[in-house]
Amino acid sequence: MDFELLYGIVKIILIATTPLVFAGIGELVTEKSGVLNLGVEGMMLVGAVTAFVTLVITGNYILAFTFSILSGVIMSSLFAFLVLILMSNQIATGLALTIFGIGLSSMIGKNYIGTPIEGLSPWFFVIFSFVIVFFISYFFYKTKAGLILRAVGESHNSAHALGYGVLKIRFCSIIFGGAMCALAGSYMSICYAPMWQENMTAGRGWIALALVVFATWKPGRILIGAYIFGGVSILQMNFQAWGLSLPGQFFNMAPYLATLIVLVLISSNKLRVKLSAPAALTIPFFKGR
Amino acid sequence: MIKLYKILLLSLTFFVFSLGSAYADPKKVGFIYIGPPGDHGWTYMHDVGRKHMQSQLGDAVTSTYIENVPENADAVRAIRKLASSGHDLIFTTSFNYMDQTLEVAKEFPNIKFEHATGYKRADNVSTYSARFYEGRTISGHIAGHMTKTNTIGYIASFPIPEVVRGINAFYLAASKVNPDIKIKIIWAFTWYDPGKEADAANTLINQGADILVQHTDTFAPCQAAEKAGVLAFGQASNQEEFCPNAHLTAIEDIWGPYYAARAQAVVDGTWSSEDTWDGMDKGMVVMSPYNTKLMPASLIQEAINMEVAIKDGKLHSFEGPIYNQAGELMVAEGEVADDGMLAGMNWYVQGIDGELPQ
Repeated sequence: MDFELLYGIVKIILIATTPLVFAGIGELVTEKSGVLNLGVEGMMLVGAVTAFVTLVITGNYILAFTFSILSGVIMSSLFAFLVLILMSNQIATGLALTIFGIGLSSMIGKNYIGTPIEGLSPWFFVIFSFVIVFFISYFFYKTKAGLILRAVGESHNSAHALGYGVLKIRFCSIIFGGAMCALAGSYMSICYAPMWQENMTAGRGWIALALVVFATWKPGRILIGAYIFGGVSILQMNFQAWGLSLPGQFFNMAPYLATLIVLVLISSNKLRVKLSAPAALTIPFFKGR
Repeated sequence: MIKLYKILLLSLTFFVFSLGSAYADPKKVGFIYIGPPGDHGWTYMHDVGRKHMQSQLGDAVTSTYIENVPENADAVRAIRKLASSGHDLIFTTSFNYMDQTLEVAKEFPNIKFEHATGYKRADNVSTYSARFYEGRTISGHIAGHMTKTNTIGYIASFPIPEVVRGINAFYLAASKVNPDIKIKIIWAFTWYDPGKEADAANTLINQGADILVQHTDTFAPCQAAEKAGVLAFGQASNQEEFCPNAHLTAIEDIWGPYYAARAQAVVDGTWSSEDTWDGMDKGMVVMSPYNTKLMPASLIQEAINMEVAIKDGKLHSFEGPIYNQAGELMVAEGEVADDGMLAGMNWYVQGIDGELPQ
């Protein structure tokens, strides 16, 4: 295989996988603090449309990404308010956030479908995705603040007894997750496939959620999981284009199959899941106790 | 006494309302869309058709649509919603609404249904489709002349006869003018995923394709071609504004006149169950303006001549001899493939590499 071709394949894999890394790492931080936010897809879509519309109106890339991240912050604050203060059910609220996000993004973007824009080179974001994973990994395992965040996700009552503001920490984690999802969305509408179309994330938010489980809540493994996923789906396309007689359907489901296999493997060893899954995940925190 | 008065008033109101609707009587036409009208592809063109119908018939009809209806049991609910809210004519515009359309049609025998690209009919269910493959023949001819690497990239959606027919028609025409041509096919197994379509486009370009053909619904592949400096054909609608330096032409689906005619038939009370499969001759399939910046004038003239020949019935997309991949003769010399064969096409013609996913 010649070098040029290989280089091209690697390039496509890097570009295609980056949004999964962003959304995955954001959701991982949220879940590490003990909150499950199923609104990833919705926040990605709102982030994508906000960035796109801002870019069309102002022509400024920095503003586009700033507003997009801001939209993620607002969306996730809404979620945080509902689940932390009003203590609504996290799963139901997260699903509602996704449905809300799909509708809201379609409404905002209605007049912008098919507006041509100048796409931005993805390479800064590709590198940034690696940096952010490294940073989160360092934060979790080498800093005190990271330890506290993990403690909140394991046992909020203990963390509270030690004097840490459980709600404040969870709030920050949820907002970080929202910002990363919005960044993933804006990367999609401005770098990856520079356009706005309704529902353009096409289920990547759900893949990001699966990735967190796949990674057994460890930041470094988000990268591994995302690249296995991205790699397999791009490689199967190459196999198809080479005319290799392999069933395309199989390769299309291969990434999902891989996630499923890992899920089965990690769940068969109860201890391993117990060690890595945040113990207080989805459990609301009552301050009075 | 007051109670009686109230009842009287209420029934009078109902009477007036029913009287009013009996006299004004605009027919209600409903549409079920697989995607959003803003996809600038398949659904967009159906919506253009709906608007055309509305402007042609004016006050005689009102129209509504439900977008993003998945091709599963949800479709039954969406179709039933239209049927039970007083619609007279309902168009369901994707292949996999077939059984759902028939199911609801059975419950509402007085409502007329029209199912796009399907083959199951009933007394109150018509089917209609367009011969998109005629356009593929012209695209193939153009691609055969324009390619420099002799490699064409084809992004396909699902292995259903309509898509396979398009690939075969394209390849037959392309290999006729350029016997060395190779066609690389990626099945995306989706109609609508801009990211995945862009990935497929970039993969094909990376493997040496210098012209992209797509049978998916977004303009992402065309955009990817523009960025990489290769050529592409648009899909379902004219996509030149998204990729002015890549877009050679596109096959446009023109539904408006058909929708207007069928709605008119309902207004006149002459509607009956039919099977319509029209092509270029009836204007249901139209080629977008050929890109004069990219194509030599002689080639544009050839393409226009082909359009005329197809309209006149002198040129058919599937003229024998046609062999399948195993080398068996499928269409004999001097004959053309009949509609039955076209409707159920599930094999590649000789010369296409790879196996058709089943």
